[in-house]
Amino acid sequence: MSAIVSLSNVVKSYTRGKQTVEVLHHLSIEIAQGDFVALMGPSGSGKTTLLNLIGGLDRPSSGEVKVAGERIDQLSSGQLAKWRARHVGFVFQFYNLMPMLSAERNVELPLLLTSLSSAQRKKNVQAALTVVGLAERAKHKPAELSGGQAQRVAIARALVADPTLLVCDEPTGDLDRSTADEILHLLQVLNKDHGKTIVMVTHDPKAAEYASHQLHLDKGQLVEGDVKAAA
Amino acid sequence: MKFFPLLWATLWRRKARTIFTLFSLTAAFLLLGTLQAAHALFSGGSLNLSAPILVVQARVSFTTPLPMRLLPQLEAVPGVASVSHSQFFGGVYKDPKNFFPQFAVNPERWRKTFLECHLSDEQYQAWTTSRTAVIAGKQLAARFGWKIGDRIPLTSQIFPLKDGSRAWTFDLAGIFDDASPGSCVRQGNLYIRYDYFDEARQFGQGTGGIFVLRLSDPNLAERVSHQVDGLFENSPDETKTQTEKDFTLNFVRQLGNLNLIITWITLAVFFSILLVSGNTMSQAVRERIPELAVLKTIGFTDAGVLALVLAESLLLCVLGGLTGMLLSVGVLKVISKLPTGIPPISADGSVWLFAAASMVGLALLVGILPAFRAKNLSIIEALAVR
Ligand SMILES: Nc1ncnc2c1ncn2[C@@H]1O[C@H](COP(=O)(O)OP(=O)(O)OP(=O)(O)O)[C@@H](O)[C@H]1O
Ligand SMILES: [Mg+2]
Repeated sequence: MSAIVSLSNVVKSYTRGKQTVEVLHHLSIEIAQGDFVALMGPSGSGKTTLLNLIGGLDRPSSGEVKVAGERIDQLSSGQLAKWRARHVGFVFQFYNLMPMLSAERNVELPLLLTSLSSAQRKKNVQAALTVVGLAERAKHKPAELSGGQAQRVAIARALVADPTLLVCDEPTGDLDRSTADEILHLLQVLNKDHGKTIVMVTHDPKAAEYASHQLHLDKGQLVEGDVKAAA
Repeated sequence: MKFFPLLWATLWRRKARTIFTLFSLTAAFLLLGTLQAAHALFSGGSLNLSAPILVVQARVSFTTPLPMRLLPQLEAVPGVASVSHSQFFGGVYKDPKNFFPQFAVNPERWRKTFLECHLSDEQYQAWTTSRTAVIAGKQLAARFGWKIGDRIPLTSQIFPLKDGSRAWTFDLAGIFDDASPGSCVRQGNLYIRYDYFDEARQFGQGTGGIFVLRLSDPNLAERVSHQVDGLFENSPDETKTQTEKDFTLNFVRQLGNLNLIITWITLAVFFSILLVSGNTMSQAVRERIPELAVLKTIGFTDAGVLALVLAESLLLCVLGGLTGMLLSVGVLKVISKLPTGIPPISADGSVWLFAAASMVGLALLVGILPAFRAKNLSIIEALAVR
């Protein structure tokens, strides 16, 4: 299996005022196509920072980030935006849905950036909502959905444009155990049956069990030896 | 436009605030539309006075009547097709607030000169047959519900009858209308017969008021007016001859330097609406920072987000502005029916153009800063705020 994500010697530092803090120290990571990786580690260890680099939301201070065959550390922010639209679906802890849009309009958002016709968009939105099991809630606003349902809508939105990579930052962090398990199961199905490569940040060891691999980050460095073997 | 549902939903994110802002915009553009139409009128832009007609008045003032003996000389000027004379009667119908102008004219001359107004042969005959017969414009007749044969009492503020009484009585013999749609600008007037008027009035015999010349060719206006004024130069009856449009404008301008006042009011209205909608737009963006960050995450470019906020601003301004302008059309219709003595005002193309430019300008002014704020916002920071 070829690597869909490959980071080599990546450094990320933040400058706040006069102080520069290095958050990621010379990280090198490869993630294979079709993998489901759980990214774990204590708070402040740099998980979100790493995920943002993989998802093309941010650029490294140095080092190479290659995703889906593209050196995304070399793209301009405009190119990066277009690249994200094609290749990455994002799922956040707090769902981040547009409160004034219905579920289907939320899911449609990424498709507005494509050249699909209105009928095509409707079809794809319907398909994505069906995959997450929420087809009958298409007309509901986020406020009318439970946390688990809202997260399913967010996953549908991440899926709808058929991205290369699904990137999730603590997708179950705000959900109770059984709802979290449903969401994780859904992610597993997306990985196994739909072949989506998934990188998921989580604090929860139980959540990490759903993944095929685990990566542990501590103080901006990978901790070896704790990695579960490929399923 | 596939982004419209997103824009529309965004606009109504805070219903009360959007309604309040739209209400302010509507009120502002209602005022703007009305005032700008008046502005256009005072500048002569919207006056429908294109008939080849010159007005000859006494040089001192149009209230000083010119003598009838000038008539043959005026008729002899080359290019003059017909001459009519009009004496302002100054009558009050029942109550002073019922103001409308009345003029003493010669029916035959009136009919030959004011070709833009149509009076049927039958009614014209009736007018020429009875000395107390008068004709009224269709609008005027409609205003008071007059029918042919109605008796119309008028108390003249200027002319008493021979016996000293001011109570004149006339009979409505005809109602005139547009010759072609919108052509007759005299529909608010009433015309009485000069021969009867001149004989019955206590004083002023032999004066005709102002003269109205119909030209055979509109291009002759300048030459004929020079020639007419030249004819009577240094005589006791010096004249001032101008196009009907200039004549009307001079009359309207007596109301004061309204254009300056209008300009100031317009600016004040703009300034306050700028504050209201500017505040709305900046709040609208501030409270949506995380949502805008999500759009960028999904792949909306910085320029795309900028355009989205500007489009929202434009939608807001056009929605409010258009409602206000449409209301102003209604208001102007009502005003035109009121007895103000001012010619009918309507918003013409220039007013609409001005309004459209105002909407776009306003949208840019209030939208540009929030739009740039949205464009420049960093996804990482905006999403980390939680
Ligand atoms: N925009 C920023 N500016 C400055 N420092 C930052 C910024 N973002 C993150 N950091 C710092 O980088 C370090 C790693 O942050 P990051 O958010 O990646 O941690 P995390 O592992 O996701 O933590 P958590 O589990 O709490 O989400 C932290 O010390 C944080 O303070
Ligand atoms: Mg984090």
